[in-house]
Amino acid sequence: MTLTELANPTRFLSLTTRILPWLAMLTGALLVIGLYQAVLAPDDYQQGATVKIMFIHVPNAWLAMFVWGVMSVASLGTLVWRHPLADVAAKAAAPIGAAFTFLALVTGSLWGRPMWGTYWEWDARLTSVLILFLMYLGLIALWRAVEDPSRAARAAAVLTLVGAINIPIIKFSVDWWNTLHQPASVIRMGGSTLDKSYLYPLLVMAVAFSLLFVTLHLAAMRNEIMRRRLRALQMLQASKPVAPP
Amino acid sequence: MTALLAIARRDIRIALRVGGGALIGVLFFLTVVVLMPFAIGPDLNLLMRLGPAILWLGALLASLLTLDRLFMADHDDGSLDLILMSRTPLEFTCAAKALAHWLAAGVPLVVATPVLGLLLNLDATATLSVALTLLVGTPALTFTGMIGAALAVTLQRGGLLLAVLVLPLSIPVLIFGVAASNVAIAEQGTMAFGTPFSILCAISLASLVIGPFAAAASLRHGMD
Repeated sequence: MTLTELANPTRFLSLTTRILPWLAMLTGALLVIGLYQAVLAPDDYQQGATVKIMFIHVPNAWLAMFVWGVMSVASLGTLVWRHPLADVAAKAAAPIGAAFTFLALVTGSLWGRPMWGTYWEWDARLTSVLILFLMYLGLIALWRAVEDPSRAARAAAVLTLVGAINIPIIKFSVDWWNTLHQPASVIRMGGSTLDKSYLYPLLVMAVAFSLLFVTLHLAAMRNEIMRRRLRALQMLQASKPVAPP
Repeated sequence: MTALLAIARRDIRIALRVGGGALIGVLFFLTVVVLMPFAIGPDLNLLMRLGPAILWLGALLASLLTLDRLFMADHDDGSLDLILMSRTPLEFTCAAKALAHWLAAGVPLVVATPVLGLLLNLDATATLSVALTLLVGTPALTFTGMIGAALAVTLQRGGLLLAVLVLPLSIPVLIFGVAASNVAIAEQGTMAFGTPFSILCAISLASLVIGPFAAAASLRHGMD
């Protein structure tokens, strides 16, 4: 099964019909395991039980950036290879990515209140993620502003690729600027600084959230394909000449 | 080359003539700055401290206001189709148009800055540094804004969407522009002018490369 074979939407639909239930079950199982481990993880000596927000916050933040990456690759697929499912993938990913970004902001804000004593701080990481959220919303607005899906796809693809510049800025913002947000501690040179009792639940949760994204994304892509078929059928219906009475 | 020069010269001439709208940007800039003392009070010390930020915000909004002229007018009278069909690479044409737009609408903002700085109680050094950062920063605003203008013209009913799409892209320019010009009003030696200023130059140069390509791509894909 290669990427070009998936270009046929019907084949894509039949494949995802078979895969999706298993994917959803795997996601659910991993989420249960990860949350169970997260509950069992010891309280931090300094942060107490609030440290467990991390197990939700960090995967959401990772996914917020990852989804834009997926959309950038899909945009390349739209502009360069004209892959028929690429713009479906890009369009379906945007609201999911916006939701992850929103959740990362909200959980971070709830975590920040007891830790930093403030819900919001204009530091580099927080601000750049807020900009990412704004760009997600702008992109969704762009998708909705154009009626013809293929034209909307190409306009959105250009904007997605330009916006991809923001992703490395977010990633390295904590290293470049000396701000309130802690520097990278899981993926860094010289290995993770996180204790194993926290690292393993976090990794399980990260995998679970990634699978959650894949599940939601495939389901949203199916919806989008069906919506386009419905639109095509309606256009066909509308263009039929009316029978004289 | 002559074609690009001709396009640039034509765009500047149109922009400066009656109804061209380039100088309305300066008027808008002036109005924004005049509104500020009414909003935050006529405290001269406070105005001085906020001065660079006010000037930068005003310039940002003014350049945003004139941006939709970049392609929309040409689209309305059909000359955009001719530009798309011509043998000159579209990327170069976009760059020439943006350059013309900057000369007609961006440079007047920079020229107006010293006068407006006077209204905000900025001293000579502060005014000079704001004008200098605006001089190297406004090209970035024009060239990234061009991407939004190109997207909006293909959408017909762009309208407010242009502002929503362009403003997030201009945040880095705003950050480093204000950071560099704030140095002049801060206590001496606490901050460096060079670092944010050179980053601002780097952003401008990068947008000079990215902007025309992205704008040309969206025009080429959108206008069929």
